[in-house]
Amino acid sequence: MEATEIAEKVSSGEVSARSVVEHHIETINKIESDVNAFNLVTAEQALIDADEIDSKIASGETLGPLAGVPISIKDNLCTRGVETTCSSKILEGWKPPYNATVIEKLKEAGAVVMGKTNLDEFAMGSSTENSAFGPTRNPHNLELVPGGSSGGSAAAVAAGFSPLALGSDTGGSIRQPAALCGVVGVKPTYGRVSRYGLVAFASSLDQVGPFANTVSDAALTLEVISGHDPRDSTSIPEKPLNISEVLNQGVDGMRIGVIEELSGKGLEGISPDVSSRVEEAIKVFSNAGAIVESASVPASIYGLSAYYVIAPAEASSNLARYDGIRFGPRTEAATTAETMTATRTKGFGDEVKRRIMLGTYALSAGYYDAYYGKSQRVRTLIMNDFAKAYEKFDILISPTAPTTAFPLGDKTADPMQMYLQDVCTIPSNLAGHPAMSVPFGVGEDGMPVGIQILAPAMAEREMFQAAKVLESESGKGIE
Amino acid sequence: MVQRISREEVAHVARLAQLALSEDELDAFTSQLAAVLDHAADLEALNVDDVEPSTHPFPLKNVLRGDEPGEGFEVEEVLEVAPKVEERQFRVPPILGES
Repeated sequence: MEATEIAEKVSSGEVSARSVVEHHIETINKIESDVNAFNLVTAEQALIDADEIDSKIASGETLGPLAGVPISIKDNLCTRGVETTCSSKILEGWKPPYNATVIEKLKEAGAVVMGKTNLDEFAMGSSTENSAFGPTRNPHNLELVPGGSSGGSAAAVAAGFSPLALGSDTGGSIRQPAALCGVVGVKPTYGRVSRYGLVAFASSLDQVGPFANTVSDAALTLEVISGHDPRDSTSIPEKPLNISEVLNQGVDGMRIGVIEELSGKGLEGISPDVSSRVEEAIKVFSNAGAIVESASVPASIYGLSAYYVIAPAEASSNLARYDGIRFGPRTEAATTAETMTATRTKGFGDEVKRRIMLGTYALSAGYYDAYYGKSQRVRTLIMNDFAKAYEKFDILISPTAPTTAFPLGDKTADPMQMYLQDVCTIPSNLAGHPAMSVPFGVGEDGMPVGIQILAPAMAEREMFQAAKVLESESGKGIE
Repeated sequence: MVQRISREEVAHVARLAQLALSEDELDAFTSQLAAVLDHAADLEALNVDDVEPSTHPFPLKNVLRGDEPGEGFEVEEVLEVAPKVEERQFRVPPILGES
C-alpha cells in the first residue's frame, strides 16, 4: 500500500496502525536476513507507537498526514536513545541524547519509525559496501549492490519493509541508490530540510531527503520534513513546501533541457541501455506537451574532480571530532594523544581514512590553492553554467547513474571507479539545487534505470510535476 | 611518472589526521590517493583566475538567535554516552605523557 493510502485508511479508522506495522514487520522478518537493509530494526517500539496512534484515533483526535505510515531512517540521523552508528565502529553503541529535527517532524505527522538503515560508513560510498556491519544487497537481485550511500534506505523501500525512508545526499547518496533499486529518491534544495541531527559529512553539500515507491508519496514526505529550523543556521527561512497542489499539473509548455555533457552523447561510461531510457523519457515529455531540447552545462564535467576535493576537505574537518574523548567507544592508550590516534585508527574504515587524508592533504599548506581553492572556483563555474541553462529551461534531465546495479565487489578495489558512479548527481550538490531520481524502465539486465530531474534552487514543485508525468509512463518492468 | 603524492606526504597527512598506518596501508593509500589526485588534474587545464571561489551554495550570513536562555542537555544525559567519566567530568589519560 502507498503511504498516502495508509495514512488515509488509518486516519479514517478503516485499518489500524498496528496491522499496518505488523504487516511490514512480517515482510522484514521474511527477507531482511538476505537484504541486510537495517543496522537496527525497532519493531517493539514501532508497535508501541502504532498502538498509541490507534488509541488517539479511537478517542477522536485528528492525526498528521503520515498517520501510521512506516518509515525507515538512515543510520546517520540522530534518534534519541536509539543507537546511531553511521555504520562505523567509531560510533558503535552510541545513543544520541536528542532527535534530528526531521525525526521530530515525522513523529508529529504520525509516521512510525521501523529502524535504522545501513549506509556506507559516514555516507562515504556508492554501494553500501563500506559499512562496518556488512553490505546491503539489492532486493531485485541479491548478487548486486543497492547503490549508496543510502543503500539501506533504498533497499528498505524496494523490498517493502516500509513505503517510505529518509536518506542523506552529499554527492548523489539518495538519487543513485534510488535509481539502482527502482524507487523514487529526492535531494531537496540545500537548506530546504533541516540538517540538525544529521551527522555531518560535508556540511556545504549534505541534504536530507525522502525515498518512496511513488512520486506523490515522496512529495508528501518532503512536505512534512521541509521548512525553516532555527537550530540549523543554513536552513532557508521559508514555510514548508506544498507540492501536492501542483503535482498533477503536467508539463504542457514546460521547457526541458537534456544535459548533453551528462547524457549518453557527451559522457563516456554511460551504458547504452541507460541512454536509451533517457531518449524514451524525452519522448514522454514531448508527448505531454513539453518543449524538449539539448542543454549545455559545460563545467558540469568538472564536478566530480571538484567534489572529490571539496567533500573530503569538509569531511576531514567534520570528522576530527571522533577522538574517543566525549562520546563513542574509546581505545585507551598511554596518553590522550595516543588514545585519540588509537581510537580513530581502529574506529574508521578504509574509505573514511582515505577521504580524511585526501581532505587533510588538499587543505594543507602548499596545496590549498592548487586543490581546494581551485575546486571552489570550479564550483562557482558550475553554478554560473546552471544559471545560464536555466535562463532557457525550467528543468533539466540526465541519467541518474551511468549504469544499472553492479555486482558486489566489482568496484571496491578501485575507489576512483566507484566515485564515477556519482558523475551525474554531484553537480546539483555543488550548486545547492534540488534533483530527484524517478524509476523509468529497466536495462538489458532487467535492473531498474533512473532518470534524474534537476531544477533551479527552490523549484521543487516544477521538478515534481515533471516526475509525476514520467512516472505515469514508466511501464513497470520490475518484478 | 612521478606520483602526485609521495609515500612521505601520505605518512605526514596521516599523522596530522591522527591515523596510524601500517607499511602496507601506506603503500595502498598512496597509490589510491594519487589516482584521485590524477583525476582532479583535469582542473589544471581550467583558467579560473578571475572566478570568485564559492564556499557554499548560497550567500551565507550570520544567523543570530534571540538572547534568551534555551533548553540544553542535562550534564547526566551527556555523560551517559561518554566513554569514561569521573566526578561528573570526562576522564582522559595523561595529556603530557606522564603517568
